[in-house]
Amino acid sequence: MDLRRTMLFMPGNNPGMLQNGGVLGADSVILDLEDAVSPQEKDAARFLVSQALRFVDYRGSERVVRINSLDTFAAQDIEAIVPCQPDALMVPKVQCAEEIHEVEQLIAKTEFPGQRPVKIIALIETPRGIAECYPIARASKRLVALAFGAEDYTATLGAERTKEGLEIVTARSLLVNAAAAAAIQSIDTPFTDVNDFEGLARDTAFAKQIGFKGKLTINPRQIDVIHERFNPRQDEIVWAQQVIAAIEQAKIQGSGVIALNGKMIDAPIVSRAERTIQLARRVGLLTEGREQ
Amino acid sequence: MSQMLTATQSGTLESNDIMITLAPNFKGSGIKLELESVVLAQYGEVLRQVILDTVTSQGVTDVLIKAVDRGALDCTVRARVLVALERAGVKIRSLAEKTSN
Repeated sequence: MDLRRTMLFMPGNNPGMLQNGGVLGADSVILDLEDAVSPQEKDAARFLVSQALRFVDYRGSERVVRINSLDTFAAQDIEAIVPCQPDALMVPKVQCAEEIHEVEQLIAKTEFPGQRPVKIIALIETPRGIAECYPIARASKRLVALAFGAEDYTATLGAERTKEGLEIVTARSLLVNAAAAAAIQSIDTPFTDVNDFEGLARDTAFAKQIGFKGKLTINPRQIDVIHERFNPRQDEIVWAQQVIAAIEQAKIQGSGVIALNGKMIDAPIVSRAERTIQLARRVGLLTEGREQ
Repeated sequence: MSQMLTATQSGTLESNDIMITLAPNFKGSGIKLELESVVLAQYGEVLRQVILDTVTSQGVTDVLIKAVDRGALDCTVRARVLVALERAGVKIRSLAEKTSN
């Protein structure tokens, strides 16, 4: 299971931040060549990110590079970055499946023989992108997640962006559904008030509730709050363990119908329980053979 | 041999960065490096070597370099020198080319 509870943006032309990315504890770091870099410094950021990918130890964090859009510097970014072996490229403002095909071809042309395939994460930031989510989600085997960018989306929509986020409920749901239908992950939009941790906790809890698997993160101080919300709660872990135990018991007894506390357990419930156990193990809340 | 065409600059004076200024030098005059650093006593020689190695790895032989270091790692120094060279008209060999850290 690839864990992307937090995907932390780091400006691609800031050496101090790039070199410290490995100690912040995010599941993924996103070395940003796009919005965080002024047009006249794109070349410098490309060199700096290339060097960081090769020489900075990002420990367990996935190394993602957000490239520029296809109508600007994407081809130059891909040519420079892919041979430095990032784990994934994040493609901004994706509006249709063809754009993913184009990026896929540029990556394939640049990868060296034997290189671990570079994955793609599509950032959906426009109403058209939301409308095209499912074809985008199925556009490439390299595609592992759809991420949502609400700021550009609401600007194009002509809606006011609020902390409550009613204006983005539909877009979030469509994106989560498309990603799930294509069996890839969905990553929620950032929470932009970096001093409001209660608001961040509420927003993250809602994202988890509707099915997101992680959240874009714009400040290292947001990481712990987001992880806490995406980690399984103790009661969820206990419930999942009970489900698995009931399944085992029923197998021993040869019983066809399985119930827990008077409620029937069917395949989707088992699947959810297994996912919870798997996630709890992955984040260290459970260890094999000694589960609390 | 790559030839530098214009004077250029890269990097900043912020912590962990280095500002590199390059200017073409007369043919046959070699590489002249002027280095300022907050850690000159401890890492001056290493810094000097990283800058010179990066310049020579691109086939540039006649250049004036001014480097003002604010505690940059080797990889940052290489990145800033390479982009200054590219801005000066030098065609940079592959960024993924292996170099020691």
